[in-house]
Order: sequence, then C-alpha cells, then structure tokens
Amino acid sequence: MEKLQKHFINRDEPVISIRGLHKSFEQLDVLQGIDFTLYKGENVAILGKSGTGKSVLIKIIAGLLKPDKGEVFALGKQVDKLKRKELSDLRLRIGFSFQNSALYDGMNIYQNLAFPLVMNSKNMTRREITIAVERVAEAVGLKDKLSQMPSDLSGGQRKRIGIARTLILKPEIMLYDEPTAGLDPITSTEIIELINSVQRRYNTSSIIITHDLTCAKNTSDRAAMLHDGKFIKVGTFDELFGTNEEPLKEFYDYNFIH
Amino acid sequence: MTLFKKRKYIFTKRLDQLFSDLYSTVRFILLFLKDGFSRPFHFKSILHQCYEIGIKSLPLITLTGFIVGMVFTKQARPSLEDFGATSWLPSLMGIATIKALGPLVTALICAGKIGSGIGAELGSMKVTEQIEAMEVSSTDPFKYLVVTRIWATTVSITILVFYCSFLMLLGSYFNVHTEESSSMLTYFQNAFSTITFLDIFALIFKSVLYGFTIGIVGCYKGYHARQGTVGVGRAANQAVVTSMFLIFIEEVLVVQVAHWIRYF
Repeated sequence: MEKLQKHFINRDEPVISIRGLHKSFEQLDVLQGIDFTLYKGENVAILGKSGTGKSVLIKIIAGLLKPDKGEVFALGKQVDKLKRKELSDLRLRIGFSFQNSALYDGMNIYQNLAFPLVMNSKNMTRREITIAVERVAEAVGLKDKLSQMPSDLSGGQRKRIGIARTLILKPEIMLYDEPTAGLDPITSTEIIELINSVQRRYNTSSIIITHDLTCAKNTSDRAAMLHDGKFIKVGTFDELFGTNEEPLKEFYDYNFIH
Repeated sequence: MTLFKKRKYIFTKRLDQLFSDLYSTVRFILLFLKDGFSRPFHFKSILHQCYEIGIKSLPLITLTGFIVGMVFTKQARPSLEDFGATSWLPSLMGIATIKALGPLVTALICAGKIGSGIGAELGSMKVTEQIEAMEVSSTDPFKYLVVTRIWATTVSITILVFYCSFLMLLGSYFNVHTEESSSMLTYFQNAFSTITFLDIFALIFKSVLYGFTIGIVGCYKGYHARQGTVGVGRAANQAVVTSMFLIFIEEVLVVQVAHWIRYF
C-alpha cells in the first residue's frame, strides 16, 4: 500500500496558497489563522479531530464558503474575490470528492458521471461523452455499474464513483473530504490505492482531509495537523508523529491503539 | 446575513430570524428574476419538470375537478329550487369556477402535491451535499434546480387551472344533465354568459401567481433545508403550509383589486 512511485513535486509552483485564513460560524471560531501552501504534484493530508474545521477549509478553497479574513489562492486566482463565471471556470480545474459521495439520487451512474460534461462541454457529442464516461468508470474499476442507481452501490463503490465524477473534468487539484470514513479496512485500502493511482494517472495535486492515519501515511507527501483552528505542525508523516508532542501523540495513539 | 453574525441578537432570537428569513427570501426571488431570464435556460430540464409536475398531477386534478363541480352543483340545486332559479345554475357554476374554485382548488392540490415534493427533493439534495456537488462541478445549482422548477410550476399550474376549471364545469354539466336533460353547448353558453374579460384576466393572473408561489416557496424551503432528515421533513411541511397561507392571502388581494378595477 506504500506509494509505489515517487512523483515529481514542483516546489516553485504553488497551486494553493492560503494566508491568515479565519472563519467562524456565529460564536464559534473554526479557523483562526491558517497559513498553508500546496505545491504542484504534491499530496497533503490534513489531519485533525472531528469538528476542527478540516472540511470547512477545503470548502473555502472550492469557493463553497467565504472566508471571514485572509486570502485563498487556487491556481493563481484569489477564490473569494472571483465573480460567478470566473469561479465556475476555476472549479472546472478543481475536483472535490465529498465525504458521503454526494451522488445524484435521481440519476443512474452513467448520468452521474456524464453530468459535469453535459453541463460544461457543450461541444462534445453523445458518443464522446460515453467514451469519457466509460474511460473514467474503468479507471475506478466500476465500468460494469453504469446502468445502476447510486442506491444499488456499496459505500466503497459510491466513493469510487464520486471520485470518478470529479475526474471526468480532468482537474489539476483534487480535494478529498474524508475519503475512507465509514469504510471497512479492505475498502479503505482500495480507496487509498485509488487516490495514489489518480495522482499517477492524472498528475493531480491533492489535499486529503482525514482522521485516518493509515490513509494519511499512504497517500501524502506531507501532513498537517489542525488543532484549535490552527495548524500546529506541518511536515512529513514521520516528522509529525515521530515525536511525543501533544496533541499529536494523543491523536496517533487513539488511531492505532483503539 | 453577516449583519446577524457577531452580536448575539439584535432584537430577539425570533425577530432576528424573521428579518433574516425575509432578507434571504427577497434575495432568493431577486436571484430568480435575474437568472430566470438569462442563459442557459435548460429547456430539457424545464420540460422534464413540467412532465413531473404537470402531467403526473393530471389524474388527481381530473378526479378532484370533476367531483368538486358535480358535488357543488348537487348541493346548490336545492337552494336555487326554493327560489325557482335552477336555470341560474350554469351561471352560478361559471362564476364560482372561474372566479374562485378553479384556481383555488388547483392551487391547494398543487401546494400539497407539488410543493411538498419540491421541498423534500431539494431538501434531501441539500442535506446530502448534492447541491454543493453540483456547484463544484461548475454547474449553477440555482439555475439548474431552482429556476427550472419555478418555470415548470408557473407554466404547469397555469395550464392545470384551466384544465381543472373545465372539468369542474364538466362535472357540473354531468349533474345537471342527469337531473334535467340539457345540451352541453347551452350549458357552457349559460355558464360563460356572466363571465367578463376581467374575470378571465384575473383567472390567468391568479394561475400564474399561484404557480410561481408554489414553485418559489417549495424551492426556497428545500434549498435552505438544514439539520439532516429532520430538516427534509420540515422543508416539505413548511413548503405546503407557507404556500397555502400565501395562496389564501393572494386570493383575497387579487379579488379585492379585481373588485376595485370592476367598479373604477
């Protein structure tokens, strides 16, 4: 499950850059000064307990939430300053895989996968869309499920289709929100392998939000620990958990002892 | 919305919530007015929604319209007989159907059937992040989900009002015909003898208004659903209750305005 092939990370080319990010909901300060950079070709796992604002962070990157303070740049564009059309264009280059997959219940798997292309690639013929759908379904190993409805799939299969739906637009950045949450260890391993194969195949840069250390260890080049609204440590997995610092040690022990 | 963020409450919790809701409702309507008349129009999706909303409501509307017309006539006949005025029955039904029953019965049925359906469907999409998923795949969910549904309800319900009104008169004729043999042409001529252009205009205006109301309320409640499955149920319920409430208020206002215009 180790990352088989070391990919090239371009440290001169940041694809996501965050400075002094603050976000609060009513009385609750969720993010309190986040500074972070994701480089081209890099996978970064963001770790932290539930409710620490990990998902809020990637929703801000995707423009789904507005920051209260600070700057968020994705692919050279300041996300919170973009107009509707500009944000829409940027989103074509950023893939977002949701925690619960967020497949469209009323559409079958083919329609789910074709939807982003139908809506955004007006020049594509039906044949070209079908080829693209089949290709991406094959990439996640579920080509035989195209005629089924989302409710007919298992949790792991739904996650795969959710990832496939984002891949169909060939994004440069992938944002994974808890990709292994709620899955058994074997399916989790499959998803971890899929994340790694996506990076190799599509040359993406990724942020992986997780509290699963196995997932973080096997997918990321760097990891960042979010605690009380701030990154308390950013580095390689071993740099983070090779020390006895709290609350890193507590988080590590909880994952592997319980 | 940011106005209500930092301080705990400006007035009271309920009052703040009310103003906040009012603000977001107005924003929602303005956004529809902006997006509803600009490209892309998603005609295919509008047609699909018209099928879901209009065609699938036909059996219920058919049954209700016909029965209401028949029962209303049956109940009205004894009172008119007391005054020897049964010949006024078609006119009475014409007035009742075109001026009140047709649009009101259709709107109330649609508020229950369609409003709750839209509220539940969008609510469910909201709480399972499907709307956000649409947004991140560069599709404007407001245009694709909300605008199409509001257009579909407005168009479909307008047509359904005319259909229901016709069936009410047909049901009424059926009752009249069984009691005293009469021709359908004469019945309809009598039914429309007292109907003016203003009545027809008010009927069209009310139909469009009710369709728009049901669409916008259903979409608003669903689009702003929160708190998981409980929120979905609440959205569906509120879509029905709010639509019905607004429909009754609109009925009173339109009738009053029509009255003023008539005697102006």
